[in-house]
Amino acid sequence: MSEQHIKLPEGSIEKTTTTLNLGPTHPATHGVMQNILELDGERIVSTEQTIGYIHRAFEKIAERRPLYQITPLTDRLNYCSSPLNNMGWHLTCEKLLGVKTPKRVDYLRVIIMELARISDHLICNSIVGVDSGAYTGFLYVMQYRELIYEIYEEVCGSRLTTNIGRIGGFERNFNDIAFQKLQKFLDEYPRVLKEFENLFTRNRIFMDRTIGVGAISADRAMNYGFTGPNLRAAGVDYDVRVTSPYSSYEDFQFDIPVGTTGDCYDRFLVRNQEMWESLKIIEQAFRKVQEFKGADAEVYHADVPEYYLPEKEDVYTKMEALIWHFKIIMGEIDMPAGEVYNSVEGGNGELGFYFISDGGRTPYRLHFRRPCFIYYQAFEELTKGSMLSDAIIVMSSLNLIAGEMDA
Amino acid sequence: MLTFEAPKELNLKVLNFLYDDEELKFRFLTDLCGAHFPDLKEKELAVVYHLHNLVDNVRIRFKVFANINKPDVYTATGLFSSANWMERETYDFYGINFVGHPNLKRILNVDEMDYFPMRKQYPLEDQTRVDKDDEMFGRGGTIGYGTEKTDHGTIVESEKHNVGQDIV
Repeated sequence: MSEQHIKLPEGSIEKTTTTLNLGPTHPATHGVMQNILELDGERIVSTEQTIGYIHRAFEKIAERRPLYQITPLTDRLNYCSSPLNNMGWHLTCEKLLGVKTPKRVDYLRVIIMELARISDHLICNSIVGVDSGAYTGFLYVMQYRELIYEIYEEVCGSRLTTNIGRIGGFERNFNDIAFQKLQKFLDEYPRVLKEFENLFTRNRIFMDRTIGVGAISADRAMNYGFTGPNLRAAGVDYDVRVTSPYSSYEDFQFDIPVGTTGDCYDRFLVRNQEMWESLKIIEQAFRKVQEFKGADAEVYHADVPEYYLPEKEDVYTKMEALIWHFKIIMGEIDMPAGEVYNSVEGGNGELGFYFISDGGRTPYRLHFRRPCFIYYQAFEELTKGSMLSDAIIVMSSLNLIAGEMDA
Repeated sequence: MLTFEAPKELNLKVLNFLYDDEELKFRFLTDLCGAHFPDLKEKELAVVYHLHNLVDNVRIRFKVFANINKPDVYTATGLFSSANWMERETYDFYGINFVGHPNLKRILNVDEMDYFPMRKQYPLEDQTRVDKDDEMFGRGGTIGYGTEKTDHGTIVESEKHNVGQDIV
């Protein structure tokens, strides 16, 4: 490391504090990011975060890509819940293009989005456990993340970077296996989540490690641009699903759990409670989907031939379908000019897409509002004066995803 | 969403007013980002603020424009702590100089980078490639940046050695 990269304070030879380099590759960062900690003994005097190690210039790349080719880029933001990003992106496109989706599509989307939220919170919470020395919970719940991934697989064919959905709906209808697996998940997961909570919630060691650690007041959290579970843990009931409902979220009954102190324990509890709420939403959506009978049960996309790929069968037999297929794949369809901001409640907060279109085939400018990137700035304030081991817990309980931070 | 623009000198006044006013209460900075419009002369660079009134659930979009030769805009870090990194990111990509920012340096790109990559004069692909002439699909030919031909190849190619000299 040269001096160019790490700037030590003046006269650092005689300094009484220790500099500790936490990252960029460190088991506790769970991603590629660097924290330069100044330690007085084990107490943190100051921190400096360096990010950008996996910056892939998505915003620049997106300026040369037609809409469908941007969906795989959004996969790689928060890769713990890529369907949420994909849906957010498609909803943004639909907002710009003025596409209205049928109710059944909305409900199917809600199912997928809430499954993604569960898998995201599941990882985050169990990693908090791992970082505080409880590995069992992590391995235990991993089975059910696997089940969620299998559901994705039935719907779109892939697991982690899903590229799920299309503008106006899904690429195919949910098959029976998907519904069976979903039913299995709904049957078995509550018991597992209950057990997971039993492992942690009143665990003396876990409580000692997390209560009062990395606390932030509601005021400061809002000033730092916190959103999602981290903001709600501080006591602000802001949830994009409720304040600006998208994809028919207004049809569902659910609560927004909030914490009081905004510390790691509250963040953990809020995430856990949100998984229960997500389960409630999935159950309601599942019931609503099953109410569609006959031809209605076959609806899985809106009727938008300009943006939705025609059936493969038609492509091979009908000239018109072939032309549209070609035009969509090559991204030859111009968009209306204008600018939209659309946001969804992502795994760790408000995931926003700011889209400026000049009427061409690609976005003129696309900006991702990545919640992680914005709230990671608060890390210094959250950890100053606490112990080194607390910094590790704070990092994992904030749910920092390097892919999202660096875009 | 309500969108409006203001002279860049007034951006802090506007933000302060929106923050403090008893009825407006725009106290949540959702997003701050830059944009580059090479065709808008003297106001090539834009800074876009997305503000949210969480009490009444109202969002607004607020823009200021700056001259690319003197892209100085006052920082909003005094009002919103969250603006810190978002402004650094905007500086990193567009070279907007946030006056008064406590730590204005690159955040996602390497410190050694000597240009601002999201500006429109930097094409994503190497436009000088000859093995990839797909004029039919809007990617080559006569449309877009770096496509106009000169004696020494495309304009972008002839400008390559100038990169970073007149903009930093």
